Amino acid sequence: MDKKISYGKLFIEMLKISTFTFGGGFVIIGMMQKKFCDELHWVSDEEVLDMTAIAQSAPGALAVNSAIIFGYRMGGIQGVLVSTLATIIPPLVIISIICNIYDAFSTNKIIQIALQVMRAGVAAVIMDVVLDLGGKVFETKDWINVCLMIAAFVVSWIFKVSSITLILLFLCLGVARYFIERKKVQA
Amino acid sequence: MIYLQLFFVYLQIGAFAFGGGYAAMPLIQSLVVEGKGWLSMAEFADLTTIAEMTPGPIAVNSATFVGQKMAGLPGAIVCTLGCILPSLIIVLILAYLYTKFSNLDIVKKVLGQMRPAVVAMIASAGMGILLMGLFGTSVFAEIQFGSLRLIELCVFIVCFILLRCKKAGPIQIIFLSAAAGTILYCVL
Repeated sequence: MDKKISYGKLFIEMLKISTFTFGGGFVIIGMMQKKFCDELHWVSDEEVLDMTAIAQSAPGALAVNSAIIFGYRMGGIQGVLVSTLATIIPPLVIISIICNIYDAFSTNKIIQIALQVMRAGVAAVIMDVVLDLGGKVFETKDWINVCLMIAAFVVSWIFKVSSITLILLFLCLGVARYFIERKKVQA
Repeated sequence: MIYLQLFFVYLQIGAFAFGGGYAAMPLIQSLVVEGKGWLSMAEFADLTTIAEMTPGPIAVNSATFVGQKMAGLPGAIVCTLGCILPSLIIVLILAYLYTKFSNLDIVKKVLGQMRPAVVAMIASAGMGILLMGLFGTSVFAEIQFGSLRLIELCVFIVCFILLRCKKAGPIQIIFLSAAAGTILYCVL
């Protein structure tokens, strides 16, 4: 584990992200990218994308899976325990409270409005991250990848192709391109 | 022994819910509602609403909800642990392999190939949330420009500028959007 990264800091940062991340797994990825790449420089953009791809190819919630692999990268087994605990404590506490006051909570006008407008803020965070990460793909000047990225976006967004299908498809594509390039080098 | 039953049902949900999020809902319904009868359909609908209104993964949220109802806080903890145990084992193995073999050419190439797909999936999720926020629907064909919500549009633009130009933190932005938007709705 690097000197500048402590388990306490890892716990607090993951706890904060898990507490305030509304809107599903990929929002967590966006939050982690902003916090751990842009702000703290603990990992690179490429590592976040690699870890997301790996987390997505296992069963279970993306938020939990990415916390596990990120924790391992930061501090081995202890890192895993710290970051996983920090990820599951907020939902455990919040749902335990809310399932007892469900009616008051779900019919409260202010909460409904706040949750609705919050989506605009969450969307801004994700779009900011997408611009950064997408820009990096453009910078590689690998135009096949740029086209594949746009195609993947369209089939995922418009045609609702599942993310596990996309991950497996790109995995096979990567293997195929590796062997094609190796053949070219040998020839 | 209710704790063991809770644990094993959520172990199955954790092990077989690929793709996360709503992919877990049919599985939860068949195991928890239809299989064990721990929740009624009405309670299951409540659970769906709560999961949408709170942070955290749906599977973990449902684990706490069902565990609380059946056996209080210890039940919630048992369900949550059952739910994440398969992830812990499988992802730990993958994480170990990643750190060990990430220098191999083929691994580098394959991971490099998966990056554009991951960016695309984040973009797709973001687009869904943006449309849901601005138009009240995330289905492209159902969008009507007349139903554009101006308050959300302003909040989105201001947040986006703060993020790009002022390097604002993501959690501050989420707080700010909720607070400013709610005030705007109440005043206007």
